[in-house]
Amino acid sequence: MGERLLMKGNEVIAEAAIRAGCRHYFGYPITPQTEIAHYMAKKMPKVGGVFLQAESEVAAINMVYGAASAGKRVMTSSSSPGISLKQEGISYASGARLPAVVVNIMRGGPGLGGIQPSQSDYFQATKGGGHGDYHMIVLAPSSVQEMYELTIDAFNLADTYRMLTMILGDGILGQMMEVVNFRDEEPIVQADKSWATTGHGMKREHNIITSIHLDPAVLEQWNRELQEKYRLIAEKEQRYELYRCEDAEIIIVAYGSVARIAKNVIKVAEEEGIKVGLLRPITLWPFPTKAFEQVIDKPRAFLTVEMSSGQMLEDVMLAVNGRKPVYFTGRMGGMIPQVDDIMAKIREIKAN
Amino acid sequence: MAVVFDRPHALVDIPMHYCPGCTHGIAHRLVAEALDELGIEGKTVGISSVGCSYNNYFYFNCDMIQAPHGRAPAVATGVKRSLPENIVFTYQGDGDLAAIGTAEIVHAATRGEKITTVFINNAIYGMTSGQMAPTTLINQVTTTSPYGRKPELHGFPIKVCELLSTLEGAVYVERVSVHDIKNIMNAKKAIKKAFQVQMANKGFSIVEVLSTCPTNWGLSPVEALKWLQDNMVSFYPLGNFRGRDLEV
Repeated sequence: MGERLLMKGNEVIAEAAIRAGCRHYFGYPITPQTEIAHYMAKKMPKVGGVFLQAESEVAAINMVYGAASAGKRVMTSSSSPGISLKQEGISYASGARLPAVVVNIMRGGPGLGGIQPSQSDYFQATKGGGHGDYHMIVLAPSSVQEMYELTIDAFNLADTYRMLTMILGDGILGQMMEVVNFRDEEPIVQADKSWATTGHGMKREHNIITSIHLDPAVLEQWNRELQEKYRLIAEKEQRYELYRCEDAEIIIVAYGSVARIAKNVIKVAEEEGIKVGLLRPITLWPFPTKAFEQVIDKPRAFLTVEMSSGQMLEDVMLAVNGRKPVYFTGRMGGMIPQVDDIMAKIREIKAN
Repeated sequence: MAVVFDRPHALVDIPMHYCPGCTHGIAHRLVAEALDELGIEGKTVGISSVGCSYNNYFYFNCDMIQAPHGRAPAVATGVKRSLPENIVFTYQGDGDLAAIGTAEIVHAATRGEKITTVFINNAIYGMTSGQMAPTTLINQVTTTSPYGRKPELHGFPIKVCELLSTLEGAVYVERVSVHDIKNIMNAKKAIKKAFQVQMANKGFSIVEVLSTCPTNWGLSPVEALKWLQDNMVSFYPLGNFRGRDLEV
């Protein structure tokens, strides 16, 4: 039995990163995720690691690019406006096939927006916020315990597939405290990093990390290899939770903190005699289409609930592909969907 | 027969893509000679930037990383903080370092990152075909200052060495030129010393190399060397700005 601690979501991500073997963290302050930097600043020197406060998010992601090129487990974190600034580096690291973990604890946008929780960076995270045909693996925790477990997994996935993995949380998850059960030992994937630029010691050819290929045929081939990797990941790495979907009339599709609100909705609906289930994507990319195939025959309708104007909604509609009606309700700008709002929508669907 | 002049080991034996008369080739050779003479090729990681020298990862025999435009000092910081025993250098042009990458170079320098920067200043953007650079001289004609650089419209050229030498972390700052043999020899000494400063863990070191761009200046290679000597050296004074007497 490992340690059992009451911790804040942001701090748990930092602690989990260290437990995953991350010894390099580069960041820049922004609410509501700065506790990650505070924790790293305190802890990294004690474990022989590096905490560096960069001059900007742009610099931080490029420091990540450097440390990942050197073969190290490395992380950066930010919140929405800061993640926009990192998009250049994210695209380059994706092109150069570098493994690293990027954390986005989302707040309301667009622009400087606000500091309250939001899920309005779904498109940016899953569809490629930077330029070019690339993806990151995107993991969406729904509890502080899951922030711990998925952070460990994020490093393993990044190393396994030699690509960026994003942890996409929101201000509620980042700021809330819950009990976390830590394992005594973490399952660490030891990936081959013979491609890393560590100095060749006059013993091998020089290694090159680059994302530029001016010959279009070479660049297309490079892209084909990336797409083949993405196809493999979409096949192997979809993750989701199905909660009370067996005999549900309506299945809510929600991730992150909204999925927790949905579980409360399910209780209230049950008291009214309406059977509601929850399909909770844990990987947002790859989107868990397999979950929909499992449950597609059962419900009358799907209801997507998000803290956005309806971004994941598009992936839900693609997965359902016209076989059942798909409804949406959500709040924006840092407002949180309430049980009553979602119940009103459920009653409306039920009455149709 | 004794070999008196050869290609440095740290320079790959392939043709370079640079224009005739471009001084990148000289600067590359000087860096490679320094790596050879100091015996550090095997533990060096070089960072190429964006501009004409974007693919010098093909030319340098050490491990190489290609960085986004202007971000080489941040990438170098990530590498050096991961591999403190290694030698890390960036090779950047004036657009890369003094325009889009101003924040990264200033902060790497002020943090005293133990890296070396080779800064190629040819007063113009080469790769994108001759636009005005932050280092373009007053009245110099470029494709984006077709009537000459005017202070009232375009502001003044940035003197990078003078700027960086105000920072405590920048322990070795020197400006050199490659327009004749004597200056090339001086440039070699400065570049080698900059690496030695890093090897001695002293802090951030930078060598600014005044260079030519015959193609975009619209001059022959020989005229370009003369233009550099006549116009650039008077505005960008050669010499050491910090760390002249630094023991390495």
